[in-house]
Amino acid sequence: MGLDIRLPIGSFFALIGVILAAYGMLSDPSIYQRSLGINVNAVWGLLLVVFGVLMFLFGRRATSRKNPHE
Amino acid sequence: MFHIEVHTIDYVILAIYFAFVLGVGWALRRHVNTSSEFFLSGRSIPAWITGLAFISANLGAQEVIGMGASGAKYGIATSHFYWLGAIPAMVFVGVFMMPFYYGSRARSVPEYLKLRFDEKTRGLNAIFFAIMTVFSSGISLYAMGLLLQTLLGWNFTFSIMVSAAIVLTYTLLGGLTSAIYNEVLQFFLIIAGFLPLVALGLKDVGGWTGLKHKLELVSVAHGFAPGAYSHSWSYLGSPAANPMGVEWFSMVMGLGFVLSFGYWCTDFLVVQRAMASESMSAAQRTPLIAALPKMFFPALVILPGMIAIALSQNAGHTGFALPPKPDGTLNYDLAIPMMLGHYLPSGILGLGLAALMASFMSGMAGNVTAFNTVWTYDIYQAYIRKGESDGHYLRMGRMATLFGILLSVAAAYAATRFNNIMDMLQLVFAFVNAPLFATFLLGMFWKRTTGHGAFSGLLVGTIAAAIHHGLTLPAGAVAGIKGGWLATLHTYPSEMAQNFWTAIYAWTACFLCTLLVSLVTRPRPDSELTGLVYSLTPRPRDESARWFERPVVLAAVVLGLVVVLNIVFW
Repeated sequence: MGLDIRLPIGSFFALIGVILAAYGMLSDPSIYQRSLGINVNAVWGLLLVVFGVLMFLFGRRATSRKNPHE
Repeated sequence: MFHIEVHTIDYVILAIYFAFVLGVGWALRRHVNTSSEFFLSGRSIPAWITGLAFISANLGAQEVIGMGASGAKYGIATSHFYWLGAIPAMVFVGVFMMPFYYGSRARSVPEYLKLRFDEKTRGLNAIFFAIMTVFSSGISLYAMGLLLQTLLGWNFTFSIMVSAAIVLTYTLLGGLTSAIYNEVLQFFLIIAGFLPLVALGLKDVGGWTGLKHKLELVSVAHGFAPGAYSHSWSYLGSPAANPMGVEWFSMVMGLGFVLSFGYWCTDFLVVQRAMASESMSAAQRTPLIAALPKMFFPALVILPGMIAIALSQNAGHTGFALPPKPDGTLNYDLAIPMMLGHYLPSGILGLGLAALMASFMSGMAGNVTAFNTVWTYDIYQAYIRKGESDGHYLRMGRMATLFGILLSVAAAYAATRFNNIMDMLQLVFAFVNAPLFATFLLGMFWKRTTGHGAFSGLLVGTIAAAIHHGLTLPAGAVAGIKGGWLATLHTYPSEMAQNFWTAIYAWTACFLCTLLVSLVTRPRPDSELTGLVYSLTPRPRDESARWFERPVVLAAVVLGLVVVLNIVFW
């Protein structure tokens, strides 16, 4: 259908993951009191980056297989 | 009043989400040239995508907020809506019904009824369905506007206008494909947003063991045996033994059979996703693939509610508790939204809020795309303007999308002023939906079923539902919208028990009436029913070579897993 959905989903989560991870490393640690002392932004951000990149790569592989000349 | 503080970073994340959703619609705009591409994605989408969209379209406000609330109110027995209700029905529609929906090339569920029965049965179903989708999406918008106003202090009009405008834009641009693609994005987003919440809540409550222990205190405080909130089947022997007030028979027949099969097997909102898939085998796999993640969704939507009630009864380290309503009872509806605000620091809070809005928007887009298709194909093309060009119907579909959304917004505003009318409408929808599955079951599996039988069965079933509701009342309720508006012949232990029995009576009445009327009316010749009825349709052959992609294999895996889940949490 012209667009492999894994490309936008992958980019979305990679981007959100990078923002969260960066914010997690720069933000004031006291805000993590409510999350039981865990820096959820950093942890979850990094996991989302991994997920996003994998999704994107799967999408790329499928797209290039379909249109080998592009 | 509890208030969630939202920072710039959270707004950035929300804005990125909105940008992606609109971007997907924009990227697909050139691929919509025919009405089939707009309404059915040109039947070209792979099964894993339609499968995930199948779950997301149903994962609206009612599901996320309602299941969280039920988890808090009834404990783990709420999982029956999944492990007894949704999953078996999804397996059934995939294995047994999809061959007729997809194979008949019908473009909608009402159109299948036209092919199988006659014009009047289609008309009845199409008109009710169109009205129902518009109001459901309006009620969902209203719930969202109210929630965002309460929690974030956002302006009601602003929230619903922004969400309606975004859904409108991406559905107009890319049609059903755009709705489906965004539903897949929303599916992952809902997991990404809610999973950290559940993990933190579970840690706060002391893990599964801590949760079970605290739920025992909740059970005892409500006057039940200690395990009543943490076992799904053990306390279904009598309605007095569990917080739902329901016994196993009405649970299995009412929820598990009539209501769940009625929704998952006949509602065009979900069936449309499968109809958009690229092949018969993909259409059959759509609900089966959907069932795999679906059966673990109780962990995302019911578990937070259970954690919320456990912590309200017996505080954890962070002092989380549900707020009381003005009448003193706990406000169960706020279980999930309150936990978002309580456990998630800014940053990931934006992700959680995006997930919440995604669930509202995917539910709304699901309703709107189902509405525009039924309106254009089953009402406009059938009764208003026959025989126009395809481009004409494509334009009408786009207009119907706009009108559908405008009507939803109007319904959302109506709900702010006339709450009783909305309750009454939902009641009427329940009466209309309850008998539906009897009609489809007989229609697909008994070739003798006639159009007159189906039509009269649907009417009689709906009337039976209304009469049963009018004659019974849940314990402690006043006669009126809750029932008993004719006379009170029987009192049920709970509203849920009354709902389940209403469904059972409606289904039985429809089944018997369809059967009897069919026997005395003239059936259609066999030659006209090929592809529409089980006994006259060649079994679909699996064109997919790989064994694990065969619908029957997938179905067995899904059923096996769901049996295990039922036993583990028995």
